[in-house]
Amino acid sequence: MIIEAEKAIILSMWGKISTQADAIGTQALERLFASYPQTKTYFPHFDLRPGSAHLRTHGAKVAAALGDAVKSIDNIAGALSKLSEMHAYVLRVDPVNFKLLSHCLLVTVASHFPADFTADAHTAWDKFLSIVSCVLTEKYR
Amino acid sequence: MVHFTAEEKAAVVSLWAKVNVELVGGEVLGRLLVVYPWTQRFFDNFGNLSSESAIMGNPKVKAHGKKVLTSFGNAVKHMDDLKDTFAELSELHCDKMHVDPENFKLLGNMILIVLATHFSKEFTPQVQAAWQKLTAAVANALAHRYH
Repeated sequence: MIIEAEKAIILSMWGKISTQADAIGTQALERLFASYPQTKTYFPHFDLRPGSAHLRTHGAKVAAALGDAVKSIDNIAGALSKLSEMHAYVLRVDPVNFKLLSHCLLVTVASHFPADFTADAHTAWDKFLSIVSCVLTEKYR
Repeated sequence: MVHFTAEEKAAVVSLWAKVNVELVGGEVLGRLLVVYPWTQRFFDNFGNLSSESAIMGNPKVKAHGKKVLTSFGNAVKHMDDLKDTFAELSELHCDKMHVDPENFKLLGNMILIVLATHFSKEFTPQVQAAWQKLTAAVANALAHRYH
């Protein structure tokens, strides 16, 4: 459960993150594929080389979805309902991978905004991403 | 046994040379206790752990963090021989400290994130990948003697 103080942290940091949202989404994916090569199995149809158009487009999509969740932080399930269905019925990404991407998102944000990424901010984002991950897997069965 | 390429070893060793073990160790352990408060269960005698500032400023947290990260430095020196290097510590964590090995993964990820805050652009995806491999291997080595 995210408390009000944590929502405030997320909203204010998102203000900064959103100015580089696409790059951050893309870098998180690059980090995911570099550290956890098994995650590439979900993208046989993509050119996953760093800098590729596929990566940049997909990174932007991931960032946009996170932005939607931030803007509807009191109703993440509502905001991501369609995406949740897509993950359940079409994509069927194994739930373990959401933790891996969440971790890479945290590393990316930490490296871009070290001064803002205090332990409290880290906690807020970790909780937020856990909730997003839950929402995206809640229709799996 | 985990095999590290020459590039992975170089990435780890060169970054490690720049790490302030005392400072980073304290931050790593502090973050573990803040972000995953249930890990405080192992540190009942550490005093005030009631808030982020209490934890990050706690002298026992800093001291123990330094100890933990210094031990991690041993891993950097023995990347080809982690199981033997950590055999004794593994038994200690099982028999004396009763630590769930899941916590080694949590701490490993804290190391990654603190390195990211300190090294920013230098902490590229490739450098991160080498460190992910090392922290995962150390976690495995520490769990290896569990029974």
